[in-house]
Amino acid sequence: MRAESPVSAPADVAAAPDAAPASAHAAGRWPIISSLIIAVFVLVALLAPVLTPADPYAQSLRTRLKPPVWEEGGTWSRPLGTDRLGRDVLSRVILGARISLAVGVLTVFLAGAIGATVGLTAGYYGGRVDAILMRATDATLSFPVILLALILATTVGPSFANVVVAVAVILWARYARVIRGEVLSLMERDFIAQARIAGCSGWRIITRHLFPNTLNTLVVLLTLQVGYVIIVEASLSFLGAGIPPPTPAWGSMIAEGRDYITSAWWVSLFPGLAILLVVLAFNLFGDWLRDTLDPKLRQV
Amino acid sequence: MWRFVLSRALQSLVALAILSVVVFVLARATGDPLHLILPANATAEDFANAREYLGLDRPLHEQYLRFVANAARGDFGMSIRARRPVIELIGDRLPYSLKLAGFSMAVSLALAFPLGIIAAVRKGTALDRFAQVVSVLGQSLPTFWVGIVLIEVVAGRLQWFPAGEAGGFSHYILPGFTLGWFVVAGLMRLLRSAMLEVLDSDYVKMARIKGVAERRVIWRHALKNALIPVITFAGIYFAILVTTAIVVETVFAWPGMGRLTYEAIAGRDFPVIQAVVLVTAVIVAGVNLCVDCLYALIDPRIRYAR
Repeated sequence: MRAESPVSAPADVAAAPDAAPASAHAAGRWPIISSLIIAVFVLVALLAPVLTPADPYAQSLRTRLKPPVWEEGGTWSRPLGTDRLGRDVLSRVILGARISLAVGVLTVFLAGAIGATVGLTAGYYGGRVDAILMRATDATLSFPVILLALILATTVGPSFANVVVAVAVILWARYARVIRGEVLSLMERDFIAQARIAGCSGWRIITRHLFPNTLNTLVVLLTLQVGYVIIVEASLSFLGAGIPPPTPAWGSMIAEGRDYITSAWWVSLFPGLAILLVVLAFNLFGDWLRDTLDPKLRQV
Repeated sequence: MWRFVLSRALQSLVALAILSVVVFVLARATGDPLHLILPANATAEDFANAREYLGLDRPLHEQYLRFVANAARGDFGMSIRARRPVIELIGDRLPYSLKLAGFSMAVSLALAFPLGIIAAVRKGTALDRFAQVVSVLGQSLPTFWVGIVLIEVVAGRLQWFPAGEAGGFSHYILPGFTLGWFVVAGLMRLLRSAMLEVLDSDYVKMARIKGVAERRVIWRHALKNALIPVITFAGIYFAILVTTAIVVETVFAWPGMGRLTYEAIAGRDFPVIQAVVLVTAVIVAGVNLCVDCLYALIDPRIRYAR
């Protein structure tokens, strides 16, 4: 937003509200718990078809809204209970991991690719190119993400691909801003001047000299944003503009359970806990990664 | 200073113009609105008549210009669903949203400021760790889920506060808290790191060496400078608040702009979608402009940078 202000250094942007929470992790110590949670979720997502105890789509009206196993009336065959159509909640949460992680990872990669390209181009060429690209970046940054994603998702119709594109179309601006800042400081360094004197083309300087030097920052940002994207996707699915039913996206599962919250709390509770766990893990892990790989981005 | 403000204002106008085009195109990409307006047994002739009556048979650029000219006068046409002028709908809903956002912002500031400052001053203590837990949780909890859990536990089981629908002061508590939760976490974290940085700076050390009272160092010297990055993000927080409101108002059945947005999108009520997005964008742009001015006012480096 505040483009050329001297204080809005890259560090400021990286510290954007949805970038990363500060954590008590000391840099250098491997964050066991958060990486373990991420590993478990990734494994669950990859092995989802094998792990689900029941068919996540199989309806059974006779066993609808059955409580979890530890409540009265619960059975081991449906450990976390069933939803209003009698589908197994645990199986749907497991399959939901696949969807949430896939949306999260694909979206940050797409947004990262667009953002890095814009940032590298703007930072390297400077002048008018920079001015135009950064105006576009600022305009995108200042627009409410969910509102635009909501409009995009409803106009082009809710689907997996549309959610990824709709969120990436807005998210790239954060990457562009930070990468550009990084490139601007790299451009002052001797090795870039030497590459120029040696007659390297712009393309070669960008791909061989600038890009590798922004990779650390990019990796940190990508990790920090996965959690945010998962929440945005869940919100969209909750509002009915994300992954369409009957696909078990966590957000739409929570929405479905909303009407039964007083009688069947488990339908909404478990997908919500899954979101909380995985997002928390990505945020903590991203924090640690930032402290380790790119302490410049750190605020403290 | 004036040049700075003027250039920012111009930028906002350009961004709004681009947005109005995007909104206009998107609203027409949703499919033919006539299918929603006309009864199912309408003939082709009815369609042609309605299209001519609503000006939908004109070339797109002509439709766009008319849309902008009307919008500038506050005329956004009729809502397809409610069959009332859109501007009336917005007039009904906007006050509720502003009240809820204001309440929530006040609560957030009241919580975030003391927490952030104390966490920085007492770095490493239990209180600091508590503040960090709040901040990490705040960024990892999905808003709509927090809302649902609060409705079930606080409003349903404990029956402490009413669950949503506008009403007296007690009706503001649950939606206000849900809406502000994310902002509290972000703001507190930002303030904490900004304070830590400032407290470590040479001029604060100098003030301490000179024997300035610690309280004065924190409140006069440090906080004033720590506020700069906080204000930088005030605009972004506001944009977040506006979008979070769509979810929160939907969950709590709050009759504000957020729910109007959701209803309009769900019902493909495109005159309302256009109006809501534009009005929201104008408000967000206005707030951002104010933030920029404030920013330039307290930080001379910005004023003289160009």
